[in-house]
Amino acid sequence: MIVADRKPLAEILDMVKDCKKILVLACRGCVTVCSAGGEREAEILASLVRLGLKKNGSKAKVIEGSLVRQCDREYIDAIDQWKGKYDAILSTACGVGVNFIANLRPKDNVYPALNTSFLGGSAEQGIWSEQCAGCGNCVLHLTGGLCPVARCAKSLMNGPCGGSVDGRCEIHKDVDCVWQLIYDRMGRLKRQDEMKIPAPIRDWSVAGHGGPRKQTRDDLTV
Amino acid sequence: MSFTPDIRLFSCHYTSQQSCANEGKELEGLGFPENVRISRVPCTGKLQEITLLKAFEDGADGVYVVGCPADACHNVKGSQRAAKRVEAIKKALGELDVEPDRVEMYHLSRGLHPEFVDAAQEMNERIQKMGPSPF
Repeated sequence: MIVADRKPLAEILDMVKDCKKILVLACRGCVTVCSAGGEREAEILASLVRLGLKKNGSKAKVIEGSLVRQCDREYIDAIDQWKGKYDAILSTACGVGVNFIANLRPKDNVYPALNTSFLGGSAEQGIWSEQCAGCGNCVLHLTGGLCPVARCAKSLMNGPCGGSVDGRCEIHKDVDCVWQLIYDRMGRLKRQDEMKIPAPIRDWSVAGHGGPRKQTRDDLTV
Repeated sequence: MSFTPDIRLFSCHYTSQQSCANEGKELEGLGFPENVRISRVPCTGKLQEITLLKAFEDGADGVYVVGCPADACHNVKGSQRAAKRVEAIKKALGELDVEPDRVEMYHLSRGLHPEFVDAAQEMNERIQKMGPSPF
């Protein structure tokens, strides 16, 4: 899922300080699962924005709503149900959702309430960790399913580096060296010999360095 | 300037049993401040952050939660969860440049104990010193 977290309240309040009617718009997709921007978090944020603006002397009206997702055209259309009730949308979706609203609602002001962080999973309750960098050229078949692009601080393709100590990364003692994990896992799978083959030179143009990426499935387009 | 703060208490029904004694008059006799309004909940672990924030939106000058001792909650982790949510509200108040101590968590033993009244008096004095809510 896409993992995000709320921006500092001061930054959010500064964005909407001149607004009179604010729609705090939740997304029931990824940001609900990572407890950053679902209905519960949007309700809390709306309350905090109301309190913050009131404290600052604003009489703005703050309402809440939610969409199934903010990354699909068909769901963005549902914003019409709040027509006339807002002059700004404070989206608690990831950056994709904010972009979609901006793309599809040319006259609506939209502001991001979250910092979109990474692609990750729930490590344990209340803790999420990065697992994938969306680099466009997956090498997990070479590394036992563990990603060196996302999980190695240097994104090394032929690790580990000299900073790996006792299975930990040199950037922080709490961070596993993913290359140690890969080495151990490949050993358990009796595939360590595969690691003697240098990884091929990568094509990074598909990692976003070649501009915004787009996918087309001709069998699905209409 | 002295004022009578509007204080909201959310308490689990185990630690607030005192509020029911003598048709609710027991507390009054023990010096429980009249301006502290009690909402009893089955378990403080059920309390959501929004409930505490709504109390401030509703005009509260101070809000506090009373739950079981952290290691002796009737529902195992209920009061621990409540304490974390109170902590989240403290942090949010700080972000709004408001005194985080306007919200507080107390862990008290179940049953009839003077600490239940002491906590109310402590909050009352604390909020009186702080003054009215800036909201």
